[in-house]
Amino acid sequence: MTPLADGEPLVRWSWIGDHTDELTTLTLHHLKLALLPILFGLIIAIPLGIMCVRWRWLYPPTLGIANIFYGLPSLALFMLFIPYFGIGSGGQADFTIILPLTLFSLSVLVPNVVDGLRSVPDPVRQAATAMGFGTLRRLVQVELPIAVPVVIAGARVAAVASISLVSVGVLIGNGGLGQLFIDGYSRDFTTPIIVSCVLIVVLALVSDGVLVTAQRLLTPWARTRRSNG
Amino acid sequence: MNLVDQINQAWNWLTTSAHWSGADGIPHRLLEHLGYSVLALAIAALIALPLGALIGHTGRGGFVVVSFANLARAVPTLGLLLLVVTITSIGLTPVIIPLIALAMPPILVNTFEGIRGVDADIKDAAKGMGMRGPGVLMKAEIPIAMPLILLGLRTAAIQVVATATIAAYAGIGGLGRYIVDGLSRKDYPSVVGGSVLVVLLAVAVQLLFIGIRRTFVSQGLRGSSRTS
Repeated sequence: MTPLADGEPLVRWSWIGDHTDELTTLTLHHLKLALLPILFGLIIAIPLGIMCVRWRWLYPPTLGIANIFYGLPSLALFMLFIPYFGIGSGGQADFTIILPLTLFSLSVLVPNVVDGLRSVPDPVRQAATAMGFGTLRRLVQVELPIAVPVVIAGARVAAVASISLVSVGVLIGNGGLGQLFIDGYSRDFTTPIIVSCVLIVVLALVSDGVLVTAQRLLTPWARTRRSNG
Repeated sequence: MNLVDQINQAWNWLTTSAHWSGADGIPHRLLEHLGYSVLALAIAALIALPLGALIGHTGRGGFVVVSFANLARAVPTLGLLLLVVTITSIGLTPVIIPLIALAMPPILVNTFEGIRGVDADIKDAAKGMGMRGPGVLMKAEIPIAMPLILLGLRTAAIQVVATATIAAYAGIGGLGRYIVDGLSRKDYPSVVGGSVLVVLLAVAVQLLFIGIRRTFVSQGLRGSSRTS
């Protein structure tokens, strides 16, 4: 039994041309819902990670809480925020999606910031101190730059997950490109579902590429070392 | 409504005896949920474990497979489910296929990375003791890679258990029923109660994997995999 009407192709190409405006709007909104959480996540995770490295006792409980957020179904996490920011798309209701995804990104970002800072070799730290760097200057100019690759590796995982998870928000009326899932599903029309899935994968690929580029720009020494042999 | 009210509502919903019996009762829905999760995870593991071990052991095709797996992580599970429902019909297939797609990448990538990361000296030693390829893989590489392999399985299991809520959209029950029905009826306690059950299940999976780790990871390796 197939609900697809006879002769209806999986993808009706003309639909894409007829809906470019809608697709552009949804794509931009999708990016906002998916990437603001990564930005907020980094803003919180970097100081939190620094504190966890400085005060070791802080890390196990932080990691435990982060692991719980990681295990939560995204839909359940969205539910938790409905009473505060409401349902729907745009304005304040966007935070019903953005805040849970921020918590989710923290579960990946905080461990990576901590691992990144811990990967700084002791001799490097000692050399910086010997050169007269204070704690803060050493942190900003030596330790954080060395941690960049590990932090960005976490941001890549978080960004791809976030871009994919935003679409679940459609179940509470705000899913960016996920809106098209329900649109297609309710009309037995596969084109919008396939188009939005493909666009979501493309967005993930592009964001991943941007983060890889950012890493190369932030760690110029990694390239020099490679070219020197 | 604040967090305390949410907790109260969820507690009242969970402790209402009517919610614990019949086809829409918690035990029945929990079993459905577990059934789909275990089935999807088993199929994903049957494909991804040997494949990951093979490419990790031979070192061939690793880049392609890992890139493809990372790409697959970006595919939205809900979209895949609704697509398969639209093409076929409601039932088990549309639920299992997206869940398998969700579970395979972490199992595959972690198995591959675990086996590829085994120290070359150890592999040489195993060969020096007279082991052939399969012996090296089974007796040296897999036991050493076990912490990472289990981490991949755990990640996959948690994601599958959390995501199996979408089974409700394919009309075959599971704990997602409470969330989906609750949303459409504006029955908020049912939504929160259902979410709490899924969260508890995810926590149970975490605990289960701590136990599995104790049993299946060689004593000499325990505690060392997380420190890097």
